[in-house]
Amino acid sequence: MAEDTKKIKDNKEKSERDEKIERYIELLKKYGIIVALILLVVVISVAEPKFLSPKNLFNVLAQSAIYGIMALGLTFVIISKGIDLSVGSLLAFAGIVAASLGQVSTATTKYFPSLGELPVLVPILAALIIGALLGAVNGGLIAFTGIPAFIATLGMMTIARGFTLMYTGGKPVSQLIPGIKFLGDKIGPIPIPVIIYGLMIFITWILLNHTSFGKNIYAIGGNIKAAEVSGVNVKKNLVMIYAFAGLTCGVAALVFAGRVGSVHPGAALGYELTAIAATTIGGTSHTGGIGTVWGAVVGALILSVLRNGLTLLGVQAYWQQIVEGVIIIVAVIIDMRKNAKKK
Amino acid sequence: MTENKNILEMKDIVKTFPGVKALKGVDLNIGYGEIHAVMGENGAGKSTLMKCLIGIHPQTSGQIYFEGKLIENYNTAEALKIGISMIHQELNPVEFRSIAENIWLGREPKTKLGLVDHKKMYEMTKEVLKKIDLNEDPKKLMVDLTVAKMQMIEIAKAISYNAKLIIMDEPTSALTNKEIKQLFSIMRKLKEEGKSIIYISHKLDEIFEISDKVSVYRDGKYIGTEDTDKMDTAKLIKMMVGRDIDEMFPKVECPIGDIKLEVSKLSDRSHFKNVSFNVRKGEILGVAGLVGAGRTEVIETLFGLRTRMSGQVKIDGKEVMINSPQDAKVNKIALLTEDRRLNGIFPMLTVFQNAFMANIDKYVKKSKLFDHKKATEDVNKFVDIIKIKTPNIYQKIENLSGGNQQKVLVARWLMTEPEILILDEPTRGIDVGAKAEIHRLISTLAGQGKSIIMISSELPEIMGMSDRIMVMHEGKVTGIIDNHKDLTQEELMLYATGQATSLPNN
Repeated sequence: MAEDTKKIKDNKEKSERDEKIERYIELLKKYGIIVALILLVVVISVAEPKFLSPKNLFNVLAQSAIYGIMALGLTFVIISKGIDLSVGSLLAFAGIVAASLGQVSTATTKYFPSLGELPVLVPILAALIIGALLGAVNGGLIAFTGIPAFIATLGMMTIARGFTLMYTGGKPVSQLIPGIKFLGDKIGPIPIPVIIYGLMIFITWILLNHTSFGKNIYAIGGNIKAAEVSGVNVKKNLVMIYAFAGLTCGVAALVFAGRVGSVHPGAALGYELTAIAATTIGGTSHTGGIGTVWGAVVGALILSVLRNGLTLLGVQAYWQQIVEGVIIIVAVIIDMRKNAKKK
Repeated sequence: MTENKNILEMKDIVKTFPGVKALKGVDLNIGYGEIHAVMGENGAGKSTLMKCLIGIHPQTSGQIYFEGKLIENYNTAEALKIGISMIHQELNPVEFRSIAENIWLGREPKTKLGLVDHKKMYEMTKEVLKKIDLNEDPKKLMVDLTVAKMQMIEIAKAISYNAKLIIMDEPTSALTNKEIKQLFSIMRKLKEEGKSIIYISHKLDEIFEISDKVSVYRDGKYIGTEDTDKMDTAKLIKMMVGRDIDEMFPKVECPIGDIKLEVSKLSDRSHFKNVSFNVRKGEILGVAGLVGAGRTEVIETLFGLRTRMSGQVKIDGKEVMINSPQDAKVNKIALLTEDRRLNGIFPMLTVFQNAFMANIDKYVKKSKLFDHKKATEDVNKFVDIIKIKTPNIYQKIENLSGGNQQKVLVARWLMTEPEILILDEPTRGIDVGAKAEIHRLISTLAGQGKSIIMISSELPEIMGMSDRIMVMHEGKVTGIIDNHKDLTQEELMLYATGQATSLPNN
């Protein structure tokens, strides 16, 4: 009898302990991605103290800004159970048009020779409108023809790149006006791309968490039937989702033009994959309905910390790619387990 | 027009799809504060009629009057607005979002800035939940709720739309008896408030318990409407199938042989513990229990779909290790899974492809090519034996009725020539006529000396078909009972709810 009671007591303690461990595991799973980022920062700064210098840290942030901004738009797309492969090409096209409208009047190869120097608002609006418009075309194709997002945006990726090359005959556009270059500059120690990135994070966060548009995105990705039955205008929302993704490409294009000081037609080649990777590492699920803005930000930071750190440590670029690939796969494995347990 | 005694009048509704006339001019009249059962076999046109009503498919011709007004050219959203709400058979929650977000999806309350007012949304949710006596945190994710709770949330959602007419499509198919009681009391409460409910179900006892009137449909035609208390089971079934069904449970007495399968102290990680039972040749072992009792987990472990932690399985007295469905097949075990759509049929494939799917290896010729001719012959043979209603075997399986889909799955497993047949809810969601046929088939198979394990949540089915009944409660076997005439549902429920046990506690 006494033995039994002891057994029961032991069992109880054991199950309490198990519960505690489980709670920690839950927490770790929820915030694991941030823990991973911190660990990464610690390891790299121990190995190379230069990493922690304010200048380098701001540099890391500025580097992550371009694909980080695109990852924000992709977060919407991927939560809605879609994908957008065209973001790199949209950046290039929006960027090259903006650049052609924002050259100094003394430029040696001027795209519009008769055009003087336009106010900086013109190229900015051009980039935003082109991005949003082509994004809306993506969304419209998906919503109204029913073709898979993968196909629609794969097509758009090629088409937009083709337009970009055609636009300048394959030549880069450089010698941009100070107004554009300012977008890649600094205010004090803070790079402007970081400020723009911060602003975009805020806007995205508000949209996703505090507007009915945001609720609709989760509903469409989580259960498109439920969304329809509840009276959500799925088609309109799909167009808006992809238009927003396109808009983020326009913003990223401006940051790109500002930082580089010119745009060439091959710009941002493969950036779509980096942006998708950032979103994915951040825990946005390709099965739809799950994802956060901060996840996309942390995901983008992990990638740029890794790239910066490995470069500082003198690791071969080939290795960086291999490490990135492994991280993407591991991140998704962890996420799938997290969500599978809930089901 | 009318003196408004009916909230809904559907008149002479015709719906044609390319090549099919799904509704051939049917009526449906629903009174205020009435629970109205809509009955009919699968394919009778019930769901098409409901889809016309809520604006998913507009009718080809005919009129719909709601509260005395003709309504036409509307979509689901507009139907919701005027007060027609449907709770679909397959619940459609947005799983990783909260209860509140699910209820107010598409019409979230806004602040002056146009942002979603979360505080107000949670308050409104609490109010709605209170109306159906549900005490849940509005912030809880849908994925963390039981099916029954999700159903309640759907009802709360319908109420939140101020629905005057709520359509419930087989709402009890995944509920336990206790949950069904709860659902019924909510339905009665809604009725008292003057709301009308259209109730679709295959379960006759529920219809008699809850409904005021019943309308019956068959083959796209309107058969008639009666007050429920003037109806009886035989009459209702006759209206539905158009003929008398002589026997619902055509159990054939057959000699029972030696022990075929013996399971002892089988446990898995968390769902069930120390489960022991045996099945003899020619015997039907019914497995009863509430949803969540671990019945499906036991047989899925037996079939190698789940990892077993401990325990022993013997077939013909010899211990066998079954770690995968492949092993199970080698040991002549077949499993008809619980959820036909989830892990049964391949909806895009033909009857033919669906039928030989468990048996591909058998039709590989020496040349390593697929023996199309032999497979066709065999599938055709089984289609005849089991009486699968299909124009030909190259029909897509999703075009068949639920009962016939189930029969194709039975054919799939019979083609593997099994000696032990495990059937998990073999007649769920199947109409009465097909049900009787599947029962006859099960009985015939037992007569051929096969050992059958049949899980069912419908006690009449368990009691009508089994030689012995194993009852489970919360992962443990609470009783293995010889079936006899005087056995009552109440007695089985005592075991199923854990209040009685005939076995030493282990």
